[in-house]
Amino acid sequence: MSALLAIDRLTVRYDSRDVLRGLSLEVARGEIVALMGPSGVGKSTALRAVAALQPFDEGRIVVDGFALAPGPVPPESGLVPLRRRVGLVFQAHALFSHLCALDNVTLALRHVLGQSRSEAEEVAAKLLASLDVGTRAAAWPSQLSGGEAQRVAIARALAPNPPLLLMDEPTAALDPARRSALGATLHQLSKEGRGLLIATHDTEFARGHADRVVTL
Amino acid sequence: MWGGDAEGGAPFVEADPADPARVRGFDVEVAERIAQGLGRRAARFVQVQWSSIDQSVERGDFTLGLSGVEDTPVRRARHAVTIPYFEFREVLAVRPADAARIHGLADLRGRRVATLGATIAYDLLVAARASTGLIPLSYDDDVHPYADLFAGRVDAVLLDHIIAQRALRRAGGSGFVILTQPVALGYYVGVLARADSVLRDSVDAVLREAMRDGTLEQIFRRWDVWDPSQGALFDRVVRTAGGAAGAARTAGTVQAIAYLPSLARAAAVTLLVSILSMLLAVIVGLALASARVYGPRWLRVATTVYVEVIRGTPLLLQLFVIYYGLAGVVRLPAFLAAVLALGLNYAAYEAEIYRGALEAVPRSQLEAARTLGLSELQILRLVRGPQALRFALAPMTNDFVALLKDSALVSVITVVELTKQTAIYATNVGSWVVPGALCAAVYLAMSLPLARLARRLERRWRPAT
Repeated sequence: MSALLAIDRLTVRYDSRDVLRGLSLEVARGEIVALMGPSGVGKSTALRAVAALQPFDEGRIVVDGFALAPGPVPPESGLVPLRRRVGLVFQAHALFSHLCALDNVTLALRHVLGQSRSEAEEVAAKLLASLDVGTRAAAWPSQLSGGEAQRVAIARALAPNPPLLLMDEPTAALDPARRSALGATLHQLSKEGRGLLIATHDTEFARGHADRVVTL
Repeated sequence: MWGGDAEGGAPFVEADPADPARVRGFDVEVAERIAQGLGRRAARFVQVQWSSIDQSVERGDFTLGLSGVEDTPVRRARHAVTIPYFEFREVLAVRPADAARIHGLADLRGRRVATLGATIAYDLLVAARASTGLIPLSYDDDVHPYADLFAGRVDAVLLDHIIAQRALRRAGGSGFVILTQPVALGYYVGVLARADSVLRDSVDAVLREAMRDGTLEQIFRRWDVWDPSQGALFDRVVRTAGGAAGAARTAGTVQAIAYLPSLARAAAVTLLVSILSMLLAVIVGLALASARVYGPRWLRVATTVYVEVIRGTPLLLQLFVIYYGLAGVVRLPAFLAAVLALGLNYAAYEAEIYRGALEAVPRSQLEAARTLGLSELQILRLVRGPQALRFALAPMTNDFVALLKDSALVSVITVVELTKQTAIYATNVGSWVVPGALCAAVYLAMSLPLARLARRLERRWRPAT
């Protein structure tokens, strides 16, 4: 079976400076891959390129059969298959500040997948509960702790049920107890058959929880 | 030193075409004759808005107000008023087609009748509203009532015969006819500060002398406003020593309570104009802001030009352009023109607020929405718009309160709103104290609850970082 995500000689330049040069990696279903390296080495850039949030200059990205080519990012209308395949958890979570935790999760269910409000709320409540933030459904993002906000953000990214989940520096704001809980969550997700690509500079976390480490 | 309004124009007071720094007119010459009679060397002219002559003379801006100032009981009660020096007739002007049917105010049921605000003529129309059902319209000048009579926006104009004849001459003698039967008679007087009654008596003596020695008649003949009724007036005035020769026959003393219904109606007009204008401003502003944020280059340039031109030119000018300037193309009713001008003006400011608010929404929020698969339109509707609304709320409230007060400007195109009605009220009672306080209270009563509502909404939508 082919890889869920295949990055082939990815190069990104800013003002003719190479931010990423020739990165190649693969993530299979059920696999946790850590993308390691110090800050500023282009880990986030690689994730953003996979999520089609930024253009790249050379190479090729294929997500479960959907290919991205170098050049400008295509319009959203041309990215529908990609959006169904890739979920992204931002480092700063980027929860929608005008929506409560539950509505952050139901937004895509209702407006992208076309579920009814009650359907979406049921799915979202289950997701939040599975991530141990079921009691925080009515809270505003500003009322959540860092760990809670991250789990709501994971729930939001998982809501459309993408096979590939990208996470940017997920341990940055977590205390040790929360880090091991996050590790358990990641294993649970991989057991469900998802592929995970984790950008992190946290060596210990990467060694402890990733199936494979790619160092930039 | 005397004061008058050169905007009133010939034959009263106008800027001298040969030397625009000087004024000429029969009132100018009457003022000079008075100065001469008092032994003053020259009469120095002070420009003042016609409706503010009483207040200015009381403040001491000048000694004598003289510019087609009407003799009214209120004015006599509040200020030192001279003997009348000219008798005028309030005459109706109608379009030639209506001349056969209209003979007086009684024939104007349901018709729109224009005049200058804060005059005897306006009081006559207001008094006739109840009995004849005509619709009085108040203008800030005495030229546009006739312009709107030509344009069909009004059906008749009631004004002093001198003004009516001048308008007819300017129109080349056609376009409307002046009914021969006057609606009422009135007198022009000079007005001095209440404390100046001694000086007033001296001015009266000079005026009587000028009536006796024929200099006043010469002045009126030179300006082509002499007629036999002036001679009769002179005889009456010269015979009676002192006292009122006869104030205009208008409705009696005006009481504050009588103005409350019209103030309430004017406040409703202010509120309605403001709400409709704001609604228009929000809709157009949203469209402009979206075009500036999302549109192609040419659209961005076009909307930027619109915003800068509208913000960079006076609202007053825009009102005139929309109401009078466009009259040749589309003859907008005054109320609609007011809402359009205010709405389109404020749209420029709203557009800037919304653009700023849209751009203030963090990029990460938009990217998060994209990764979820929302379309650009959905992102605007579900994420960017609602968040921008919070940023926009405070400046929008601010703008609406400003708009509430700016709506006073629309009185220049005959919409009688709160400030205009207050000015009319103040002129009639001869004081700004009570009307001013009432007006301020009504404005506050409209703006304060709004500010409160906005604060409450802001609290509820407390933006999270």
